[in-house]
Amino acid sequence: MAINKSITRRNFLSNVLGSACGAALLGAGLSVYSRQTASMPALKIRPPGALDEEAFLGACVRCGQCVRDCPYDILHLAGLGEPVPLGSPYFVAREQPCRMCVDIPCVKACPTGALDHSLENIDDARMGLAVVVDEENCLACRGMRCEVCFYICPLLGEAITIDLLPKTGSGKLPRFIPVVHSDTCTGCGMCEGACVLQKSAIKVFPRYLALGQEAEKYRYDDKGEKVMDEGEADDTPFSSNPLETINRGRGSL
Amino acid sequence: MARRRDIGAAAVQSKGWYKSHQWLLLRRLCQLSILSLFLLGPIAGIWLIKGNLASSMILGTVPLSDPYLLLQVFLTGHIPEVTGLLGAAIVLVFYLLVSGRVYCSWVCPVNVVTDTASWLQHRLGIKARTHYSRQTRYWLLGMTLILAFATGSLVWELVNPVSIVFRGLVFGLGLGWGVIVALFLFDLLVSHRGWCGHLCPVGAFYGLIGRVSLLRVVAAKREQCNDCMDCFDVCPEPQVIRPARKGARGQRSPVIKNAMCTNCGRCIDVCSKDVFRFGLRK
Repeated sequence: MAINKSITRRNFLSNVLGSACGAALLGAGLSVYSRQTASMPALKIRPPGALDEEAFLGACVRCGQCVRDCPYDILHLAGLGEPVPLGSPYFVAREQPCRMCVDIPCVKACPTGALDHSLENIDDARMGLAVVVDEENCLACRGMRCEVCFYICPLLGEAITIDLLPKTGSGKLPRFIPVVHSDTCTGCGMCEGACVLQKSAIKVFPRYLALGQEAEKYRYDDKGEKVMDEGEADDTPFSSNPLETINRGRGSL
Repeated sequence: MARRRDIGAAAVQSKGWYKSHQWLLLRRLCQLSILSLFLLGPIAGIWLIKGNLASSMILGTVPLSDPYLLLQVFLTGHIPEVTGLLGAAIVLVFYLLVSGRVYCSWVCPVNVVTDTASWLQHRLGIKARTHYSRQTRYWLLGMTLILAFATGSLVWELVNPVSIVFRGLVFGLGLGWGVIVALFLFDLLVSHRGWCGHLCPVGAFYGLIGRVSLLRVVAAKREQCNDCMDCFDVCPEPQVIRPARKGARGQRSPVIKNAMCTNCGRCIDVCSKDVFRFGLRK
């Protein structure tokens, strides 16, 4: 009797432990896999209103209602083997840019708020940021009066402006440099879609890739130790760092 | 164990082919209709329902959402929109009435794949001997929930074959065929009823909903049973039948109360003695 009992207990335990360990192993593997697949390729862009990528992947249930409600059919759900987290929505600006519908149907369709319903004006969308990535091939930069990206921009004259560089000598052309402004560009990708080159010279990237950031202002003493932050620095009229004094002087000129 | 008889042959003889397949036919019709409703939009431009089983919208007014997925979304720390929550509530109430695993046998497309594998297995006399506990699915269910909580991401949805297959059928399958073939071969060669009956955490979740559900299979005329065992052979969860079928002496209820019963109704089909019928939990 005692033997029988211990055998059933052993069977029971090994069964339970077996499944538990199996599940735990699979879970560990999956969490590693999910980290590897979490990053989006630079040219695949989330629909307007998408939460930050990390939060988005926790909120999007991959139902595809945004895809269905897009009147221009620009959105896709990532299939198996695509380098986008499985089943999540994206578009490729060069193929089909976002037309920035005023009523934002894709966001309204989202049942979970992975596309944030607080986005009410499409001009506030920040899907990405356009960057003139190739001035060498950009026709306008080479002085050939293209400026298609400037004219196609839904926020005409705001998100992209043209900087005129006068001609620098005989035989040289004046140059028309498209400049993207990060405070207004929605990342819709109309410019990338319209660029007349075979490969677009202006591309929409995720904002974290496209934007630089100023360093926090700090100074070091002669041993390389951080001594003061910006607020403290304002208390002293002179800096221990001669470079800063020079720079400050230049700024006031 | 080299038993290779025709399951339900006695029922076909006594009731006729149609009567002994009627619930199976109804189920296939139901699964096909649901898929067709979702496909009517993209193929014919008739948008009765948009989305997929994760979340959808009927005629732009009635939302439906998968409560299992919404629970995972909650665990990642995100609060879904009201439409999503309402949809999950509607689905939840529906399955509380008709039993959670009705999802498995009447809705889920994977069921067709694994039922076919099981049928072929029996036909060809293939023995798939890998055995593991039917409780494994609860561990996997727990694992998927913990993963959502720990990573803040719907990790299970990266690999969930159930959503891959249905989403694939509605939005374009791509390499999803591989998943279907893999599930089929796994159930055919590796483990009998391996996926739906042992591993699938989606089924485990819906099974838990079914613990208190109203609609049940009842072994109403169990005294007529001739122990032919056809119901056991055809049942995807045979452990659920025994207490109801053999409980007469112990005064146990003839209602199949085990939540893992999928209400597929195959036992009703294959029984030549009409032991089973659909009824309510008492």
